[in-house]
Amino acid sequence: MSKLSEKAAALLSEGTVGLVIGYEQGTHGTRPKFCRKAEDAATLILNDKCLNNIGGYLTKPELIGSGKVAVTATLAVMRTVVQLTAEHQLTDGNVIVLALDGDEVLQMASIDEIKKWLAAHPEDLSDENKALLSKLKALSREERWNFWINEMNKCIKCYACRASCPLCYCNRCIVEVNCPQWIKPWAAPLSNMEWQINRVMHMAGRCVGCGACDRACPVHIPLRLLTISMAGDIKEAFGVASGTGNIDGNVLSSFKPDDKENFIH
Amino acid sequence: MEQWLGSLIKSGKRVVAPVKHDDIVDFAVISSPAQVADDYVQTRLSAKQYVFPKAEVLFSYKKDGKDVTIDDVNTDEFPETVLWKLHPCDVAGLEPLGAIFNWDYKDSLYNARRAKTTLVTFACAASDEYCFCASVGGGPGNTDGSDVQVTMLPDGDALVELISDKGKALLTDDIKGETSSADGIDKEKFIAKVEKKFTVDEIIKKLEGSFSSPIWQEQSDRCLGCGACAYVCPTCACFDIQEDSHLHGGRRVRSWDSCGFSLFTLHTGGYNPRTTQSARWRQRVLHKFSYMPERLHVTGCTGCGRCSRACPVDMNLVEHLTEIASHE
Repeated sequence: MSKLSEKAAALLSEGTVGLVIGYEQGTHGTRPKFCRKAEDAATLILNDKCLNNIGGYLTKPELIGSGKVAVTATLAVMRTVVQLTAEHQLTDGNVIVLALDGDEVLQMASIDEIKKWLAAHPEDLSDENKALLSKLKALSREERWNFWINEMNKCIKCYACRASCPLCYCNRCIVEVNCPQWIKPWAAPLSNMEWQINRVMHMAGRCVGCGACDRACPVHIPLRLLTISMAGDIKEAFGVASGTGNIDGNVLSSFKPDDKENFIH
Repeated sequence: MEQWLGSLIKSGKRVVAPVKHDDIVDFAVISSPAQVADDYVQTRLSAKQYVFPKAEVLFSYKKDGKDVTIDDVNTDEFPETVLWKLHPCDVAGLEPLGAIFNWDYKDSLYNARRAKTTLVTFACAASDEYCFCASVGGGPGNTDGSDVQVTMLPDGDALVELISDKGKALLTDDIKGETSSADGIDKEKFIAKVEKKFTVDEIIKKLEGSFSSPIWQEQSDRCLGCGACAYVCPTCACFDIQEDSHLHGGRRVRSWDSCGFSLFTLHTGGYNPRTTQSARWRQRVLHKFSYMPERLHVTGCTGCGRCSRACPVDMNLVEHLTEIASHE
């Protein structure tokens, strides 16, 4: 058994946690794995092929119950735990993060420890994403609009983007509010666009950049371009890195009386 | 085949075929035979959108003072459509869809679209590990429900089976002279092999009394509760009814919905009979493999594998069904 499996099994058999959420090999690539008994942990793996953001399960009471939980964490999952805690969706200390440092298993029980680890392991945009983004930004406003109209026409409103996003934890999403109905809930070019604009605005400063929405999309809309681009704008305009647990970064849900913009006073 | 397809397009019928755009192959209306995709196993979405659109107007209305005028959809305006290069599993999906839309209420919109649709299947030249048609009563060369079935032969010729009157009517005059007898051609030699992993009867039997089984939670812990599986599925027919109302009129719209969504069963009074994802996953499997066989005498699954290809967290239906089939 790997050291990670041993650690997870020990946490479960000691009763330190009632659940370990991690990854296992699936039928095609890796997939999330829920361990409730020590023997479940035998198949746990953690490597750079673990792409699902399992941090999203931490806010689902039906899965988590009320006890402590451990999660095997990639950097994206760690950022998720930090951001969800800053948004008061998790209680600091209730989630144990298991990470790998080479062969060794690290056990982090506090947000400060996770933040320290994240600070020492910054993740930059991939070259592929940088290239895609600069290609998109080089387009004229009209070309860019047409690009997105074309992409949004593909949307079938299955909400896999929302379901896979760890920061989309609302019990009732704005698209399901019907008094008044802000966004038409059926798939149509305009309402698809409204939906994605709303989603990315709600993610402003909160997105942890895991790319789960993009990978989940069954019709391959490049949703990461919206979230990465938004994170870049937030950084530029507010000087805050998105999804780092800095509540000042939640720019659309915070207000300062001494805001430098006049229009808001 | 190109000449025949070209004639069909010229005849003024709407012709829909698999088209590759970026990295996905999906059905689209074509204007030239050159647009038809080759070398793929499965389209991302099923063909159901051509008989059951993702969103459609049921009727519209105008208000003028106290006068209200209701306009029904004119089904005569639906175009005659040829669905070209379907797989046998695409056609298999229309049987449960038709059964659902005619179970009690006869759905005039579905029936009008279906009546104007001709189905040209191509026997599958390739399959992948997601395909399991043979386990649910289908097969890569199955002709059930097709109007025409084409099997491509290695020399570039095609074996064309004209199955129904609708199919026979599709053979245009210019192409009739190009045909010859197909005696002695064994089409099985030219189509994909799909292994049988379980039988529907085994699944139905195992599902009896499975309602309280722990298997539902074990299988669905990781399910995210999105609608990707339902929306790519050729047989999922659940829909929502929405009002698009304005001051002087509006429309009633029907759009795809999914039993995987947490709000799908939320009652107006606030009660929700399916509060957990495992209850919703159980509903999905039981609906397809228990309720539909019992009430509609048809299986709600064609083995196309689209749900498993589309799932962000590898909810692989073959794996889950195989597990159910072998569960004690």
